[in-house]
Amino acid sequence: MSKFKKKGKKGAPGITTASLPDIVFMLLFFFMVVTKMRDSEMKVKIQVPAATELQKLEKKSLVSHVFIGSPIPKYAAVMGSAPRIQLNDQFADASQIPFFIANEIEKLSNPKLRRAMTCAMRVDKEVKMGIVTEVKTELRKVNFRKVSYLASDAGELE
Amino acid sequence: MPKRELPEINAGSMADIAFLLLIFFLVTTTIQTDSGLSVLLPPYVEEPPPPEKKNKRNVFSVQINGNNDLLVRGQKCFDVLTIKDKAITFITNRGADPNSSDSPQKAIISILNDNGTSYETYVAVYNQLKAAYNTLWEDESMSKYGRSYKDLSKEERKNVRKEFPMIISEAEPSDLLKS
Repeated sequence: MSKFKKKGKKGAPGITTASLPDIVFMLLFFFMVVTKMRDSEMKVKIQVPAATELQKLEKKSLVSHVFIGSPIPKYAAVMGSAPRIQLNDQFADASQIPFFIANEIEKLSNPKLRRAMTCAMRVDKEVKMGIVTEVKTELRKVNFRKVSYLASDAGELE
Repeated sequence: MPKRELPEINAGSMADIAFLLLIFFLVTTTIQTDSGLSVLLPPYVEEPPPPEKKNKRNVFSVQINGNNDLLVRGQKCFDVLTIKDKAITFITNRGADPNSSDSPQKAIISILNDNGTSYETYVAVYNQLKAAYNTLWEDESMSKYGRSYKDLSKEERKNVRKEFPMIISEAEPSDLLKS
């Protein structure tokens, strides 16, 4: 008997960490699924203005983005430095807005959601209102009236 | 010769690898929550409607020129941040001052900007006006329901908003500084 006992005294068995990877992988998959990388490449430089009265835009699928800003250096040689509109991945004109909106509406799974759609305007703060007004007028022409001026939270600054 | 058992692969470091991946994803991805000022644009009409004959006292006009100078009710305004208080005083006048609004329901905010106005200034002004109304709604819901505006039901919010309707009209921008 003593032959076996000598091997060591019995302590509490160590907690097995074999399932730890599973837990961590679960977390990993959760984050991989939930987070979404930015899909469109930014061709214009945008620094949004600051504001305090912000409302969050829920439902990503119901938001269409319009970017306005000066082209980034890579494209400045071709496009110049004047502020431009970017729709999806391309530079565009204000006159292309109706087409863009029609496309966005077509993407909707449920036509009833049309009224809930919002156009998020991500505009650089240096941009002059002229080009913004053009976009607004085009949106109004196609009766797409819900707009959100994207801004950063100025709360921290106060 | 006794059969040798295969040594078990140590899975202890698996957790480290998974953690590394997890941290990588945590750092690189941002849960992007866009937030901004929500606005409902007016419907488009071919011809701008003739300027309604509104009693001048009920209009809180904010004009921004191409140099981002502000004109609030005909007076120069040097600080955007004062607009909020000015607007609140104007809206809650309730006929006391003959130059300010008759009642909150009749008060109209009018913004006129130039094509050369910077977007930053425009948003700052809009933000101030929204802030004014948000403050009024908050106060109203506090005194009427004893709860924050955020916690009200849809119906109650409607009631509060009816008391202080936000009417912001935007005139077609001028083009004084044509480049």
